[in-house]
Amino acid sequence: MSFLSNIFARRQQSSSVAKDRLQILLAHERGAGEAGESDLIRQLHKEIMEVIARHVAVDQDKVQIKVDRGSGCSMLEIDVEVPQELSGKRGS
Amino acid sequence: MAKVLVVTSGKGGVGKTTSTAALGAALAQSGQNVVVVDFDVGLRNLDLVMGAERRVVFDLINVVQGDARLSQALIRDKRCETLSILPASQTRDKDALTSEGVARVMDELREKFDWVICDSPAGIERGAQLAMYHADMAVIVTNPEVSSVRDSDRIIGLLDSKTQKAEQGEKVEKHLLLTRYDPARAARKEMLSVEDVLEILSIPLLGIVPESEDVLKSSNVGAPVTLAAPTSLPARAYFEAARRLSGEKLEVSVPVEKRGFFDWLFKRDA
Repeated sequence: MSFLSNIFARRQQSSSVAKDRLQILLAHERGAGEAGESDLIRQLHKEIMEVIARHVAVDQDKVQIKVDRGSGCSMLEIDVEVPQELSGKRGS
Repeated sequence: MAKVLVVTSGKGGVGKTTSTAALGAALAQSGQNVVVVDFDVGLRNLDLVMGAERRVVFDLINVVQGDARLSQALIRDKRCETLSILPASQTRDKDALTSEGVARVMDELREKFDWVICDSPAGIERGAQLAMYHADMAVIVTNPEVSSVRDSDRIIGLLDSKTQKAEQGEKVEKHLLLTRYDPARAARKEMLSVEDVLEILSIPLLGIVPESEDVLKSSNVGAPVTLAAPTSLPARAYFEAARRLSGEKLEVSVPVEKRGFFDWLFKRDA
């Protein structure tokens, strides 16, 4: 088998993609147990929002929360849209 | 000593009822007294797959609530006299099953039979938890497909925490039954292989049941595949699985059809 066909063969192996996805997912779900991780994220979200709300008025609809669970580390991304006039005032 | 076995999966449609019927009939054909119990209240189907749908008078809930005796609700299979079925109720809902009532019925079944095989409903709710609560052993039915494997992992967690055995600090003996397996697709790496699933779930393998027309044909006529087509590949896999459940040490192999000219010629009759 040539080098090229090796690459192509690997790309077609949807079963290994399935296996990798499952292993990452289950590592998290097993660790999280009953409520664990979703609780943690809810708590983090709540507290971070409280801190931000002390300084700026935040519209709850303009907050986006994303989680990306990887095999090595996970990323929690909280995207808060700050009102235009307020950020303008600060600048002046 | 009677064994209580739960057939469970989390996900629906993976083959719990088919496997309950097939394993029950296989064990019964070896001369052991077997009862298959349908826990899927409101969506019963074991009676239909076993061909007993027209003989149901009383059901599990009638017995749990004391409206009927166990012996009145049990239906004996016409083809295999050591096999009985205890149907679920089609009209009531799951709340009619009380844990005390179920415990009483399970005790009574343990006295009468060698094997009590509980067909769990899909999901992880009350019905599924009641079905697994009294189990000594569990067969986790899994398809080589991501959502089924994930749900099986969840069910394994519940078996280790929400059963009587777990509460007593013991373990439910768990066995993986891989169903609807297609060796050719697995070889082409289009489907999770046996090894992949075993590595992820890490419980012992009870058997590999290949995807086969015979399973649907059997349920069409209302017979477990181990009674309707005992020489078919899926039936052979179930017979071997039943022997392993009984304690025999048998190597698990991927069942592959050896098809000759005559098989091809007569295939249409089936």
